[in-house]
Amino acid sequence: MTYWIDAVLQGVLVGGLYALFALGLSLMFGVMRLVNVAHGDMVILMAFIGYITTQTLGLDPFSAMVVVVPIAFVIGYALQRGVLNKTISKDPLRSLVVTFGISIFIQNLLLEYFSADSRAIYSGGIEAQSIQLTDGLAAGLLPVIILATAVILTFLLQWLFGATRIGRAFRATSDDHDAAALMGVNNAHVYAIATAIAIGILGVAGIYHGMRTTFTPTDGPVQLIYAFEAVIIGGMGSFWGTLAGGMLLGIAQSIGARWDPGWGVLVGHVMFVAVLMFKPNGFFPKTR
Amino acid sequence: MSVLLSTHKLKAFYGDFQALFGIDFEIHTHEIVAIIGANGAGKSTFLKALTGLLQVDKESVFYKGENLGGCRPHEIVSNGIAMVPEGRRLFPSLSVAENLKMGQFTGREGRWTLKQIYALFPILEEKQDMPATSLSGGQQQMVSIGRALMSNPELLICDEISLGLAPIVIKEIYAALGKITQEGLTAIIVEQDVGTAKRVSQRLYCLQEGRVSLQGNSDEVTHDEIAHAYFGD
Repeated sequence: MTYWIDAVLQGVLVGGLYALFALGLSLMFGVMRLVNVAHGDMVILMAFIGYITTQTLGLDPFSAMVVVVPIAFVIGYALQRGVLNKTISKDPLRSLVVTFGISIFIQNLLLEYFSADSRAIYSGGIEAQSIQLTDGLAAGLLPVIILATAVILTFLLQWLFGATRIGRAFRATSDDHDAAALMGVNNAHVYAIATAIAIGILGVAGIYHGMRTTFTPTDGPVQLIYAFEAVIIGGMGSFWGTLAGGMLLGIAQSIGARWDPGWGVLVGHVMFVAVLMFKPNGFFPKTR
Repeated sequence: MSVLLSTHKLKAFYGDFQALFGIDFEIHTHEIVAIIGANGAGKSTFLKALTGLLQVDKESVFYKGENLGGCRPHEIVSNGIAMVPEGRRLFPSLSVAENLKMGQFTGREGRWTLKQIYALFPILEEKQDMPATSLSGGQQQMVSIGRALMSNPELLICDEISLGLAPIVIKEIYAALGKITQEGLTAIIVEQDVGTAKRVSQRLYCLQEGRVSLQGNSDEVTHDEIAHAYFGD
């Protein structure tokens, strides 16, 4: 029994990281119906920026976030204002094609500078520490920190959306961008803020990813799939749904891996397909 | 009275299609001007040009001593031109109070605050936490007018605010609008109902196929003139 409880626990913990990947995707889709195909590659890009920061400045990974998150924020803002705003239209194909191109660009840029060698962000031993819960049940300290970060960021995003001026502008422009413009909302700027926040979160997620596991320049698309699945499983339009979606995906993978070590990722995908078939709007949809 | 806004040979296009062919229009401070015309005459296009939703030549719109043509909508509303759009265009994800607060996005100060809007339309205070689009049509129109007023405009543009509402509700809405404009707000009213348009305005313009076919004082233009201006020969 403990064996399966442990599987669920580990699944929930890894789900925290998936949720961190997925929150920004959910935000960008929610505000401007834009699907960022390069989202996974940006996770890896941030992991590399985090790697350089820890190496050159000699910072521990958590201090490095203070440097990387603002960089990610600026990259997000510039990317939206300079490129993605021009792709937003009724036709979703344009933004899909452009972000797909950005995905390839980031992968090749990273390959050019870092080669295909795998790297990791050294986290000073924290990745080996664990919290003993009961006899035979333990949680890794780093995964617990990651999950706590995901919960806090989900809460903050939900608060930002629900209770602030910029959050109202996000929802208003998502409903009707012309009417929002008539209220004085500069849509180009509001969209750029949304992407800046989305990529800013990846500043945290990328470093956590690099602390948890090794990474190479071409790892992005896999992270994108996990993020995508978390958003769909959770349901569009709700950040708590996205967090839950990440956890459900993690649990499915973890249970699958206990059943057969080679099947973990596959069981996650199977669960995703089952959700698409039987509950295509996800578990906690808010979008009409 | 000084001219608040004027247009000069205003032309507007949707791609290759020309919708307006040189509109000359002016409105003075504290004036209410009605724009009438058949469907497709260019009324909505004209308002889109004024509010920046449709890009026009810089020199063709003149407002308070500045050329406003070609400005973005958010810049225009910051300058004090607010719009009550056709079909209300409330934000379905936002509550009544949140919709009204969106009107304050520009941060323009003035007499209109949430409290003042609730004093004008008491029913909205009762329903402030409900989703805006769950209200009745008349109440939604109140939200839309209140939202526009929240930006403390100098010029209020109302696009077909009586569309789809019951006659008694239309009366109520226009009574409120009368109260607002008596306090010195300038307004452009686009209205399908010629009788209402004549009653609430001092001057009126009639558009036909993208051109001004008639203009004059509202109490002087005759029924025949309007009929002629509406449909042409």
